Amino acid sequence: MITVVDITLLILLGVTAVTVIRMRNLFAATMLMGIYSLLSAGLFVTMDAMDVAFTEAAVGAGISTILMLGTLALVGSEEKEPQHRPVLPLFVTLVVGAILIYGTLDMPEFGNPDNPVHQHVAPYYLEDSYDDTHIPNIVTVVLGSYRGFDTMGEAAVVFTALVGVLLLLARGGNSHRAVDRRPGQGDRDAITRAGASPTEGADHG
Amino acid sequence: MDDRVILRIGSKILTPFIMIFAFYVQFHGDYGPGGGFQAGVILAAAFVLYGLVYGLANVLKVLPPVVPYLCGALGVMIFAGTGFVTLALGDNYLAYNVLATDPADGQHYGILAIELGVITTVFGVMVGLFYAFAGRERS
Repeated sequence: MITVVDITLLILLGVTAVTVIRMRNLFAATMLMGIYSLLSAGLFVTMDAMDVAFTEAAVGAGISTILMLGTLALVGSEEKEPQHRPVLPLFVTLVVGAILIYGTLDMPEFGNPDNPVHQHVAPYYLEDSYDDTHIPNIVTVVLGSYRGFDTMGEAAVVFTALVGVLLLLARGGNSHRAVDRRPGQGDRDAITRAGASPTEGADHG
Repeated sequence: MDDRVILRIGSKILTPFIMIFAFYVQFHGDYGPGGGFQAGVILAAAFVLYGLVYGLANVLKVLPPVVPYLCGALGVMIFAGTGFVTLALGDNYLAYNVLATDPADGQHYGILAIELGVITTVFGVMVGLFYAFAGRERS
């Protein structure tokens, strides 16, 4: 049963990826990227990685799509014709893909408890985390307690992303003040336009 | 915008439930999937949805840009500050055992504190990113 679900999800994933590549209309491509993320989240669920699936669905399918729409509102939603023939990039992609697939041949079997990755600290986490913390969700314990330094680094990285985007985009905060000055026209700002005009791309798709 | 009645009413009804769900994910993270990161994204999604449907100017009235920017920094400070509290109590950085008499309780409080830091940062950053992208006019 789970094999059927896996194969269905992977086929849909492949179809979505190819469609995104061939699509000239960037609005439709953005929406398909959201669907791609949602399908990946489904795959993570079949691999019992609930926390990862949750994050993928919330960030990949949700926030990323919104940010891409915001970008589309600034740059327009039609992709330019490619300047070069895609032979060399295709060749590089195929070679790298073949090397990666060759690399997976040496990898241990998925989900096998004898794999090296399950022999190091994982047994301790599984056996002792409840006695250490009385928290049933081992993922939370590992993220928050055993690997607290890593998670703090991640929080700092997320914060750095905001600082970087603000340095690039906010122009010293002027853009917000410009919006504030004419509150009646709020529905005309960039992202609302992008979200409000899905039909714009329909005749191209 | 006025003719999109279903969008406006629907998002208005959904917004409080999205927020409640965010806090459920936050505080249920000890028992089920989820935690500060996912909860922060969902909480931000409530404001992003409001901004998408009602326009950026209206969501800026609800949540001025200084709030998410401050939240982004404050969350990291809560997280790092938890480490300094455990240092002050005489244990290693981010070793939560000293936060309560029972070490397991201490771990519970510590994880609660850092998850609060994570949700604050992620919420602030996600809303801040949305403001930064949506606030730019096409040049």
